[in-house]
Amino acid sequence: MTPITSPSASPGLLAKSSFQRFIDALMAGGYRVMGQRLCDGAVKWDDVRLVSDLPIGWRDAQEPGRYRLEPTDSGRFFEVVNGPESVKRFAFAPREPLLVIERSSKSFQATPTLPKGEKTALLGVRACDLAGLAVQDRVFLRDAYPDPYYRTRRADLFLVAVNCARALPTCFCASLNTGPKAQAGFDLALTELDDAFLIEAGSQAGRELMPRLPLAPAPEQFLAEAEAQAEACANSQTRRVETAQLPQALYDAHEHPRWDQVAARCLACGNCTMVCPTCFCHAVEDVPDLNGQRAEQARVWDSCFTQEHGYIHGKNIRPAVKDRYRMWLTHKLASWIDQFGTSGCVGCGRCITWCPVGIDLTEELPALLKKA
Amino acid sequence: MRQQQPAKTTKAVTRPRLGVFKFASCDGCQLSVLNLEDELVALGQALDIVYFPEASSAMKAGPYDIVLVEGSITTSEDARRILNVREQARTLITIGACATAGGIQALRNWADVEAFKRAVYPSPQYIDSLGASTPISEHVRVDYELWGCPIDKGQLLRLLIDLLAGVQPRLPTQSVCLECKRQGHVCVMVARGLPCLGPVTRTGCGAICPGMGRDCYGCFGPAEGPSAGPGLPPNTASLASRFHHDLQLIPVEVLRRFRGINGHAKPFKDESHAWEDA
Repeated sequence: MTPITSPSASPGLLAKSSFQRFIDALMAGGYRVMGQRLCDGAVKWDDVRLVSDLPIGWRDAQEPGRYRLEPTDSGRFFEVVNGPESVKRFAFAPREPLLVIERSSKSFQATPTLPKGEKTALLGVRACDLAGLAVQDRVFLRDAYPDPYYRTRRADLFLVAVNCARALPTCFCASLNTGPKAQAGFDLALTELDDAFLIEAGSQAGRELMPRLPLAPAPEQFLAEAEAQAEACANSQTRRVETAQLPQALYDAHEHPRWDQVAARCLACGNCTMVCPTCFCHAVEDVPDLNGQRAEQARVWDSCFTQEHGYIHGKNIRPAVKDRYRMWLTHKLASWIDQFGTSGCVGCGRCITWCPVGIDLTEELPALLKKA
Repeated sequence: MRQQQPAKTTKAVTRPRLGVFKFASCDGCQLSVLNLEDELVALGQALDIVYFPEASSAMKAGPYDIVLVEGSITTSEDARRILNVREQARTLITIGACATAGGIQALRNWADVEAFKRAVYPSPQYIDSLGASTPISEHVRVDYELWGCPIDKGQLLRLLIDLLAGVQPRLPTQSVCLECKRQGHVCVMVARGLPCLGPVTRTGCGAICPGMGRDCYGCFGPAEGPSAGPGLPPNTASLASRFHHDLQLIPVEVLRRFRGINGHAKPFKDESHAWEDA
């Protein structure tokens, strides 16, 4: 688990030509290194062993309901900003076996099935996804009953952040103060410049790795360039979420006619919740065997957009799509604040891009806050 | 599951009798039963499989505790036969798109069957065929419906396990997208512009087609409830509009997306009608 500490004051400079040694150092540290790799027209987390495994020469174009990769000759290693997967699946698994329940003569025995640990270094985590992970940490780990499955997986993660140099039209982290520069929650953070990377440590594990890298001291001009790059990236963002009136303004908008309009478009397919870095809803299912002697219990990703999710004790409390979209958006942007002391939105824009019909919450929110 | 005695004794006494009946269909769903290779022996021990002509010529008369029905009703003889099957069945389960929604052969419901007969057969007067292919539920009461072309054998096994255990079976009605995302597939609609029916199609297949880079063609039928029951019909209108306005499908292509294997299922049927004169 990554302790939240202030980043080291003195970043090192790594020549781009030496980046393979960085990957090698992670692997030598016992980590399975995973990064975003080209797959089926997007990028997905997969094993990275060589620099050439990275999606060099490509960048992503995103807009509501549309994702395309396009070639670029920039030569940058991390020009693809993101794909459909945040880092959520590495701590909150899509399907997590919880228990094996076995019948013995007159009783039964339930054995927890904690995940097997595997030290994993995630290479190229964006600031918004770090923020998302921090939100999930509050959900799964705070208070007296931390979730042991989540905790086990989370403890194995070594997070290598990459500060964003380019914003997508769907990005709005700057308005939520979650990016584009990684502030906390990483082990190492990279800033990609044209010919070199700036590397700074954000945790003890990160600081321990630094001496094993061929680093030079970072000249002042590079630090200034990194700052300028982050600022330009923030300034280039065109979407934003205005939080000043939240949460109350959304509670007041409970009967707003806009909900009907968005419900007419919403498919209730649940894609927005699946790609959201903070959505944590899950269902628990039992898978018994034919003899009635053994059952496995597992936790699977669920969504507040499904019919089953709104079903409680003989009644569906969210029968209509309108009820479900309102529940999701109100929770994400408003009641999440009451519940966890933070917004449930980190501004990654995935719910906009991966909505099959391109519903855009940065468009819905202002419409809902406007008097009908 | 809940009984206190050792399971062995219980099974010997009350092994439920299973019958498998076929109507207008390709037999693919029955083959899905036989494809439960790893579980077939245990299934044969848990159930007394007494009528399954696809698998065995030893056929015993009813009544049956559990009946699986494959195929749709397309002849007047079958329309009478299903009444008899229902009478003999304590629990009747339809397996597959044909039995549950009329199947691909329900495309005849938009055509002139008499013209087909004359075009295909030298002596069309011998062909006894109804003008429409209809699901079992339009003829008799159905206890559970399994969708798919073919069904998912794991879903069938799970349903049988739940019935054997005496618990209410869970048949998820949510969209294919949830499973697609759990498995980490890249969305073929968003990333490649394919007209995927996954967002309005019922889960259960394991998101096979998007996992192979193909757009879902709705073989598990409409997500949620087809107009009746606690569920709502899926928002096919919004998806269809996206197909037309953003993915550049012309109206007849939109119509054909919905008028496929489950074209007779009401939400898909209604949507295809909406594009007839568009």
